[in-house]
Amino acid sequence: MEPLTSFEIFLGVLARFTPVWIGMALIFALSISFKKRLSLYGRLFDSPIGMVGLALVLFWVLTALMANQIALFDPLDQFRALKNKPPGTFEVESGLAYLFGGDNLGRDVFSRMVHGSQTVMAIAPVATLFAFMVGITLGLPAGYYGGAFDTFLSFLANLVLAFPVILLFYLLVTPEIRQTAIPTSMAAVLFLIPILFFLVFIYSRYRTRPEVLWLYLAPVILIGGFAYLHLINVWTPTGKWMDANTLNIFVSVVFVNSPTVFRIVRGLTMDIKTRDYVAAAQTRGEGPWYIMMWEILPNARGPLIVDACLRIGYTTILLGTLGFFGLGVSPESSDWGMTINEGRKLLRLFPHAALPPAVAIMTLVLGLNLLADGLREQSLKD
Amino acid sequence: MLIFFLKRLGVMVLTALCLTFIVFSLVNLEPNLEKLAKEQNNMRMSDQQVTLWLEEEGFNRPLITRYAAWVGGVVTGDMGDSTRFRKPVNDIVWERLALTGKLMFWVMVVMVPSALLLGVLAGMREGTLQDRTLSTIAIGTTATPEYVSGVIFTVIFASNLVGLQWFSGSATKAMEEITFYNFTLPVMTMAIYGMGYIARMTRASMAEVMTAQYIRTARLKGVSFRAIVIKHALRNALIAPFTVIMLQFPWLLTGVVIVENLFNYKGFGWLLVEAAGNNDIDLLLSCSIVAVVVVLITQLISDIGYVYLNPRIRVKS
Repeated sequence: MEPLTSFEIFLGVLARFTPVWIGMALIFALSISFKKRLSLYGRLFDSPIGMVGLALVLFWVLTALMANQIALFDPLDQFRALKNKPPGTFEVESGLAYLFGGDNLGRDVFSRMVHGSQTVMAIAPVATLFAFMVGITLGLPAGYYGGAFDTFLSFLANLVLAFPVILLFYLLVTPEIRQTAIPTSMAAVLFLIPILFFLVFIYSRYRTRPEVLWLYLAPVILIGGFAYLHLINVWTPTGKWMDANTLNIFVSVVFVNSPTVFRIVRGLTMDIKTRDYVAAAQTRGEGPWYIMMWEILPNARGPLIVDACLRIGYTTILLGTLGFFGLGVSPESSDWGMTINEGRKLLRLFPHAALPPAVAIMTLVLGLNLLADGLREQSLKD
Repeated sequence: MLIFFLKRLGVMVLTALCLTFIVFSLVNLEPNLEKLAKEQNNMRMSDQQVTLWLEEEGFNRPLITRYAAWVGGVVTGDMGDSTRFRKPVNDIVWERLALTGKLMFWVMVVMVPSALLLGVLAGMREGTLQDRTLSTIAIGTTATPEYVSGVIFTVIFASNLVGLQWFSGSATKAMEEITFYNFTLPVMTMAIYGMGYIARMTRASMAEVMTAQYIRTARLKGVSFRAIVIKHALRNALIAPFTVIMLQFPWLLTGVVIVENLFNYKGFGWLLVEAAGNNDIDLLLSCSIVAVVVVLITQLISDIGYVYLNPRIRVKS
């Protein structure tokens, strides 16, 4: 069969992404019609930059969710006849085209790009969320109390920040380190903090109403404890959630990101604690944790949401860097960074293998940055 | 000022000690030592032989003792021997660092002026089309990490596909002689990623200065817009970006590692990957201490420079 022309490839790719287009259209239509009720998220649709950002991010989120419907081939299937073949070449048995060509092992570049989005989407947002919980739980008291506690934590945070990220990853994400107890014990500490966060969050609010308190605390303890035991591989009745390597990467990413979040939260807390409503709460006799969690934190949400978007983008870049240096998830995986690294070796002869994942990383991070910019602009209008 | 400086220096030394100790204990983990022993002798050594070899080489002394010995060596200028290159570390590191220095120099020469120009042009008229366009460009560059832009640039400027063979996709020859042909791509790749962030900081700082009272006074006085930007606004607007540029150095280090490997330029970043990949303990430790010292010194310079540039901040002593 004749290979497809560039225009046919373009149409073919557009057609493959049909479920994504439908999903995006639905979400945009619904969001715009209920715009007034959606506060900050709704106002995003007033800013063109924010909308472009949201569209790019949604595109990749939906692609990750529906990867199996979009991709034509299994990302690991190898057809020797299609090794390094240019975009648009047909695979004879199935009669389907390799839209973006084949890589050096004869795998479909298009399907690998689509499936690669799953790795990023599975790690980046969750790792960022964890980093935020760690940063918030430590940053709030550091900013609120100050003193020796603050000095000590700030020193630790600066210590991690002075570490060149790449060096840290070379030391932490190695096969050798997985034989030691370091990743698991780091996970044990880092994953405990989000649970503590929720416990304190609920306890500080409902501690005077024991009948409601336990209603809210019980699910946190049960679900949190269940997830915690899974994540640190102590008790896994539903199977392992993360293999040792992913856990290692996840923990390292959280570890690298949380000091920056800590510094932001600490700075915001020091600013907000001088406000009148904090003084009012203190006069009412509220406990310090109530003030931190229910007075200061909600009022710091604007900058934190903006930073979260930027940070997910940064984490995406970080994961790509890891893949690029072969420290990625697993040697066969379709992780974007790793695909770029494999493709770059033959870049001058067959550039089609490295370009799609490169463009994918770029558009996703660009989308997140534009989204952050749009959110910042809209939240300043308050 | 002196007390401030000394205090900072003290914290710096403490940080350096803590960080190198962390690196030291990580590279000296049990499995790493075992790997080293097998690499140095043969891969099929029995556990007993490994233990024996480690004992002979003095690896079974307590960690603290070995760390103290290593620090003592570094202070007297002896950084040990590289197992990968079979040479004293001192002979390797400085040579590689000089090569990276050249790369950094050209990156700075390209990056800083273009970032400042971009930021100032965007920030002087906040909210206009010019501002929006330039800001979007700046956001775009921060979204393009080195391994992405490097790949894209290589495809456009150095591959057969597009046919524009303007530049070389490899910078190996640049180690002897830097030419426009072999050094443009690595410098451009690195400069672009760092540029956006500095430009955005400059823009924010410029936009803030432009709303200041004294700028309004100057405008009411009838000073031309050009003169306001150049004479009145620029000096105050460039204080914040100065700190940001200094704090960019740790970020640039990751960039150096990526770009040097991407373009096969055997500088410090390449050395770091070699050391880490081959579990070359002494070399990796020296690389990390160099990296940490660079980061800490730039932090110190940025603090001191900030105090000097901004007369409103006076250090309490």
